Amino acid sequence: MLRKIVLLSVVFVFLFTGSMVAAAPKSGGTLIFGRGGDSVGLDMAYETDGNSFMIGDNIFEALVAYKDESTALEPGLAKSWDVSSDGKTYTFHLRKGVKFHDGTPFNADAAVFSIGRMMKERNVKFHGKGWKIPAQERTPEYWVSMEMDDTVGSIEATGEYTVVFNLKRVEAPFLANMGMDFASIISPTAFMKNPKEFVRNPVGTGPFKLVKWIKDDQIVLDKNKDYWDKSGGPYLDKIVFRSIPENSVRFLELKTGNIHICQFPNPADIELARKDSNLILPTQPGMNIGYLSFNHTKEPWKSNVNLRKAVAHAINSKAIVDNIYQGMGQVAKNPIPPTMWGYNEKVPGFKYDPALAKKLLTKAGFPGGKGLGEITLWSMPVPRPYNPDGQKIGVAMSADLAKVGIKAKIVSFEWGTYLKRQREQPEDMDLFQLGWTGDNGDPDNFLAVLFDGLASSSIRTQWKNEEYHKLMLQGKQTIDQAKRTEIYKKALQLIFDECPVISIAHSTVIWPAQKSVMNFKLHPTSSVRMKNVWLSK
Amino acid sequence: MLAYIIRRILILIPTLLGVSIIVFLMLRFTPGDPAELLLGERVTEEALYEIREHLGLNEPLYVQYGLFLGRLMKGDLGETIWSRQKVWIEVKERFPATIELSIAALFISCFFGIIFGIISATRQYSIFDYLSMLGALIGVSMPIFWLGLVFMLIFSLNLGWLPISGRLSIGVDLEIITNFYILDAVLTWNWAALKDALWHIIMPAVTLSTIPMAIVARMTRSSMLEVLRQDYIKTAKAKGLSRFIVTFKHALRNALIPVVTTIGLQFGVALGGAILTETIFAWPGVGKWMFDAVMKRDYMVIQGGTLCIAALFVLINLVVDVLYAVINPRINIQ
Repeated sequence: MLRKIVLLSVVFVFLFTGSMVAAAPKSGGTLIFGRGGDSVGLDMAYETDGNSFMIGDNIFEALVAYKDESTALEPGLAKSWDVSSDGKTYTFHLRKGVKFHDGTPFNADAAVFSIGRMMKERNVKFHGKGWKIPAQERTPEYWVSMEMDDTVGSIEATGEYTVVFNLKRVEAPFLANMGMDFASIISPTAFMKNPKEFVRNPVGTGPFKLVKWIKDDQIVLDKNKDYWDKSGGPYLDKIVFRSIPENSVRFLELKTGNIHICQFPNPADIELARKDSNLILPTQPGMNIGYLSFNHTKEPWKSNVNLRKAVAHAINSKAIVDNIYQGMGQVAKNPIPPTMWGYNEKVPGFKYDPALAKKLLTKAGFPGGKGLGEITLWSMPVPRPYNPDGQKIGVAMSADLAKVGIKAKIVSFEWGTYLKRQREQPEDMDLFQLGWTGDNGDPDNFLAVLFDGLASSSIRTQWKNEEYHKLMLQGKQTIDQAKRTEIYKKALQLIFDECPVISIAHSTVIWPAQKSVMNFKLHPTSSVRMKNVWLSK
Repeated sequence: MLAYIIRRILILIPTLLGVSIIVFLMLRFTPGDPAELLLGERVTEEALYEIREHLGLNEPLYVQYGLFLGRLMKGDLGETIWSRQKVWIEVKERFPATIELSIAALFISCFFGIIFGIISATRQYSIFDYLSMLGALIGVSMPIFWLGLVFMLIFSLNLGWLPISGRLSIGVDLEIITNFYILDAVLTWNWAALKDALWHIIMPAVTLSTIPMAIVARMTRSSMLEVLRQDYIKTAKAKGLSRFIVTFKHALRNALIPVVTTIGLQFGVALGGAILTETIFAWPGVGKWMFDAVMKRDYMVIQGGTLCIAALFVLINLVVDVLYAVINPRINIQ
């Protein structure tokens, strides 16, 4: 009996360690990533497109990093930080012994250079000799659109490995912003050698470095053998990012084994991928929202809450998600996705209820839609991460509205025109489709940017509500995360009570891959991190 | 002859000037703002203004055009709005791929088009004639997009004979000299890369060649038919010359004149129509790049790219005109 037990235990131990050994990452191999387009440039301070950020995610790092599959923060190139009690001074303590791909050392001066170069007024102080930062050739778009010049007063390197940011105002999302791609730390030496060429010859501290770039064809990265973090990857020897514009062709390359990961396949191909035993389906709820909003600069949308709610109850979001998102999404109850902190589970969302919609219409003073006239429903002309087919969704919405008696005309423009005209809040716009993909996992990035009409006239939903505006300001100025969570939950309840916007759906991202690709996780911020990815064969 | 060629090259200047003005004005009056598109959903008034300042878009139109022309005189096509790289360098990186594809497509379309046209003409009203003209009609009618995908399904997925997309397989090393992969492979004696590059160009080139091939075939047929009815052909036959000599030495040389004109024009069409082929086959050329630039309103790319394509088009047609004299020395092109 004892022998049996010993034998069984030995077997169990072998099985256990055997399976652990099987899961241990293998070094080596070339991973081929098929994506829909090429990067525009590789200097993250100036880029705005996902394909550029995708490369930046692997060759650069920032002071602060996002945890895997989450928007919670963890140390990046800064191993710790302190925030002053008034919330206006951030002190970052940097890692030692980190080198850039060109061999130069990473230190506080490099951090000051990397962030300081985006400032309009360079109030920076170096610890050592420092550099004379060249004038900006272009606008650092994210820095400007996130109004960082109104936030950051000065940046100082107070020691070789200590950087201090002195803020002009309390801005709670600041820390999360320091984890975004535009805040990547670059090698000042490499930049100063040739500032104009840095955008095609980037040098960072990341687990991979740029080797080759054939425009619109491929970008090749090599493993950074001197990467500072020895606790895990990088495991891959090489990564090739191939541009394959046509979705079905990209999926074909995946099926025939020519690429390892396929970005953005057609929804119909997802079904094919599910049936293929050689493919796996990494999935991630998108940090995005597709919504239908109102022109708050004109009546009746401006003051008639019942009318807005009537429209909300008339729209069948579930049918739209099932048929047009083809299941790659979830009905939205709040305008922020459930994966974000600050999400309010108590908000029930607007249920599809045409009978209730009709009742509310009557209460609003437009029984059966009489007196409203024909309204315009602006529908998006291009697919976006949060909206796969604006025209089809517009048709569905217009049919839903017709059922309760509201006549809606579908209006669209070419994308550039659509964006420009919508912002102008023209008289001929009643309802409009739009959406947003989050940048940093902070609810302020959605709620203030999209709906606080009192903050600026370029906010796309010009809802002017004093209480909401106060909540948004409080959210920015409160540092304590728990308190901020309460503020945003309140804001979401207010959005439900006043219905300034109708949340339709959050899309789900599914990028099929070969089953030999191990440990590839999609990130809510859409960043594509290959550091811990390895190939099993 | 030399004087003629020089004169034709000098005509390039007013031609390109005209093109630049038309494109410039068309772009500025088309709705859609490149700065707005650059920022997308995350626009703020301040960011918009700053970007427009940097791009010089807040200046009056004549100032913008003047600056553009001034740079052009120095051979500078400016910088792209989206990637802030010299337009000329971006064009240089992509043009060879498109030219290589267009030449391959044109070669296929000329070769088969002329042969089919000749056979149709010499065997008029035969089964071959009807079939090849039917084929021409189908070729012209089939959408390139669909045809490309069908080829991929048959030859790549099902038969596994040809690669799906791209110019070269990952892992094949090729030293890039001219960026014409086939030429570079030959220049560096890299036969493995030559085979790989040829295998990759077959499907996109055939796809792109279907429409020009149909047009060339029909043109050749009708032109040959007209020539074959001429008296001097009857004379040649009466002299007892073989059919081969009559067809190829006497008839074809005259029949080719309008065909060569067509080929020159078709090259221009191929350059432009390569957009769809390049998109499907992930061929990194100028076509898809220009299309994306139009969507993003990247004015500098559109202006610069259009000028380059226009210049190339004019030069190709110059070659065509010179070819007339080569084919038929009696044509006085002066």
